[in-house]
Amino acid sequence: MSGAVVEGAIPISQRGPASTRVVVSYGFWLFLLSDIVIFSGLFAAYAVLSQRTAGGPTGAQLFDLRHVFIETSCLLLSSFTCGLCMIALERGSQRMLYLWSAVTFALGASFIALELSEFLTLFSQGVNPTRSAFLSAFFALVGTHGLHVTVGLCWLVIMMAQVATLGLRPKIKRRLVCFSLFWHALDLVWIGVFTIVYLGVRT
Amino acid sequence: MSEGEVSASLKDAPTEETDEGVTSLQSYLIGLGLAILLTLASFGAALTHVVWAPGLAVLLAVLAIAQMGVHLVFFLHVSSSPGSANTILALAFGIFVVGLVVFGSLIIMANLNDNMLPMDQLMQMQR
Repeated sequence: MSGAVVEGAIPISQRGPASTRVVVSYGFWLFLLSDIVIFSGLFAAYAVLSQRTAGGPTGAQLFDLRHVFIETSCLLLSSFTCGLCMIALERGSQRMLYLWSAVTFALGASFIALELSEFLTLFSQGVNPTRSAFLSAFFALVGTHGLHVTVGLCWLVIMMAQVATLGLRPKIKRRLVCFSLFWHALDLVWIGVFTIVYLGVRT
Repeated sequence: MSEGEVSASLKDAPTEETDEGVTSLQSYLIGLGLAILLTLASFGAALTHVVWAPGLAVLLAVLAIAQMGVHLVFFLHVSSSPGSANTILALAFGIFVVGLVVFGSLIIMANLNDNMLPMDQLMQMQR
């Protein structure tokens, strides 16, 4: 970072406005934190309601932890390949950027496919959000996360279209950095989901 | 004096650029390795019976918090450098709000639950 070189010479109050890249990342970071606060409300609802099954099925009866482990692996690996996208971006290598974005998209899409198949299996057994307070909270929390991942996948496709048409100009680079922050934050939320919702039933 | 500083910064700049590239690949690899280890540990603890059952919840919480820390440091690049002071401050506020919402809800709802009459007695009183 060139900031580290200048640091000793000029005090922080006299350095002038930060670069657009820093300001954009910081603004997006604030958005992510507010998004995480939304999730904290859903987590609180789940924690309060997780025992209120109204005589319906409990989490221990419903959740297939092997399935969840594969989902977790997909999301974790996609987070890593998203990091490789950022390295390709730093090196200005458009081909590697396309490659790792495609891998990220494939892993994210398989996560969504696995989650949808889980939900459809549950629905076919008559397990739906109206069955009990526990299931309402479960579908709200996991569904909101799934929705975020779906939006992220759409965003990734749009970004690749923009890279193809507009090239790696600074504005596009900043948008890609924001996308990577979003994607990593979704993986962060998923750690909470698999620990509290899925592994929590074993405690 | 200032000329010397400028030439020094020019000399430093390119090496620092390349360092950044190398360390970020390393950081993603280290992050991935640690995250895989922690994920395997939490699934292993939950799926087998090697861990003393009453302690499982605490172990899972510790592993999850550790993995979130790994993701923040190695994937989201939150560090203690002066450049990310604002990021850290915002993160601290975010954690504070999340803690208030989650633990506040749990405490309030548990308290209400304790103080509420059992449902059949409540029905009796309303007759």
